[in-house]
Amino acid sequence: MAGGLGFVALPYRPWPQATELFMPKASPPEKRSLPLATREALWALAFLAIPLAFFLFIRIWPAFQALWLSLFSWHADPDQRSFVGLEHYHKMLDDPNLRKALQNTLLYTLLGVPTQMALGLLIALMLNAITRLRDLFRAIYFAPYVTPAAAIAWVFSWMLSPNFGIVNEILGWFGIPPQPFLTKPSQALATVTMVVVWQNLGFQVVLFLAGLQNIPRDYYEAARIDGASPFQLFRHITLPLLNPVMVFSAVIGTIGFLQLFTQVVNLNFTDQGGPLGSTLTLALYIYQQAFARFDLGYAAAITVLLFALILVITLLQLRLLSRRVEY
Amino acid sequence: MRRLATLLLYLALLLGSVVMFFPFVWMFLTSLKPFAEIFELKLLPQAPTLENYREVLFDTQFPRWFFNSLLVASITTLSVLFFDALVGYTLAKLRFPGRGFVFVLILSTLMVPTEMLVIPWYVMSTQYGWVNTYWGLLFPGLISAFGVFLMRQFFETLPTDLLDAGRIDGLSEFGVFWRIAFPLVRPALAALGIFTFLGNWNAFLWPLIVVQTPEMRTVPIGVALFSSEAGTAWNLIMAASSLAVLPVLLVFFFFQRQIIEGVVLTGVKG
Repeated sequence: MAGGLGFVALPYRPWPQATELFMPKASPPEKRSLPLATREALWALAFLAIPLAFFLFIRIWPAFQALWLSLFSWHADPDQRSFVGLEHYHKMLDDPNLRKALQNTLLYTLLGVPTQMALGLLIALMLNAITRLRDLFRAIYFAPYVTPAAAIAWVFSWMLSPNFGIVNEILGWFGIPPQPFLTKPSQALATVTMVVVWQNLGFQVVLFLAGLQNIPRDYYEAARIDGASPFQLFRHITLPLLNPVMVFSAVIGTIGFLQLFTQVVNLNFTDQGGPLGSTLTLALYIYQQAFARFDLGYAAAITVLLFALILVITLLQLRLLSRRVEY
Repeated sequence: MRRLATLLLYLALLLGSVVMFFPFVWMFLTSLKPFAEIFELKLLPQAPTLENYREVLFDTQFPRWFFNSLLVASITTLSVLFFDALVGYTLAKLRFPGRGFVFVLILSTLMVPTEMLVIPWYVMSTQYGWVNTYWGLLFPGLISAFGVFLMRQFFETLPTDLLDAGRIDGLSEFGVFWRIAFPLVRPALAALGIFTFLGNWNAFLWPLIVVQTPEMRTVPIGVALFSSEAGTAWNLIMAASSLAVLPVLLVFFFFQRQIIEGVVLTGVKG
């Protein structure tokens, strides 16, 4: 490294230092040819050079490029792209399919996030109350989370098939008539949501369980001595102390649902986003505009909308998280 | 009373487990049935067969897809572990002008959704000939901003004295990182590694865009496109799905404690 003459340039010291006494073989001492601060900064530069180039060219520059592309009508040849200003954004305002995709995406989020949080909390509370087999149950609930969503969606589209699906067969045992599920616009979105919730649930359970186990037992003991009922314990100790975990789970869940794509595509592969656009999401619409219709400029404009949505959620999270919880 | 409550609790959890696990069971059982049996909806196959697996494995390029997924996920994971640790270490333990700015710059990329990036990535890939190549598949994931954030948190907890001891022993700054700091954050590395691998193994959007020929598909893309052509041959579709899902499940149940503790570690820290 810099300063090959380090050893020679070492200033004279009248007596050996402690480290040299412990290691009599004279470990090569620090090279002092450059000021320490400069040396450290140079090392930092060396360590950061490749990663910074990566973030600049693969993450940051493309984000701006998406913004830039959204102002042009697309052509494969860069010289033939023409500047259209905000035209794509105007087009978004009266594109009924985009409105549908946006509506659906919000509906997925509003339906899916509370459902997976409530179920996750419920199961975590149950797991926290048992002593035996907790790890086994936890693993079973978590398993779907690690499996590939695309393949799982095909399993569900088989199980939910209206005529030959095992789900309708089981409903039949209880006298419930066969349901159309993914084939009927009024049920399709809720069905997709349930499949996604099934897959995300384990993550919520693990998160909430960890949150519950972080609550000191003393709090419950003290409140119990004061005569608090189990419901009061939950309402006044568990819920407030779980607040940070809830915010985290809500934000992660929301961002996930806002980007919903894989399950929607694979649950209804021959009519993606169907029936009648009832399961279409923003991410799928972006994909269709960009890679089926090759209108990359318009697709880029929609990604800007998606980005804005996610930005709002993230900022909201920062505000909620910075609020301290009082107990 | 108390025992009854406990019993009900276990019953509820058991019922929930059945709901969570049944799709895997049904997938696997259907994959063992001949076509003639699948619409009877009997739980167990009457004449169990491995023919569906033979067909998927030998009549498609499934082995190649498996290899592609393995290759892409492994390289990405190794790269993420090395670079994220290096950047996390630099931001946590080295002093240099612009440190705060670099950190915020990297962190800010977390807010940009993949959907926004895939379009420029695609444009870039067509321009440089990266479409339908391994490099095209893996370049977007080589370093993860979340991992940098995570690793920085962990390196911050390391006592600086320990690193100074290495410096005094004559290790270079890279040596201090690689020989002393890196091995000390192993739990965080394990968690980050598992999630990076899984995330890449299961990735769908970008591979769907960048892959154009059957031999370059990853497992999820291969299964999806194979299934879309299989019509009502659900036995074949379930065999393909099983081949995608079961290895992951197997590895998961083998390492379930470590994996779940990794989630807690990253979830709570991150």
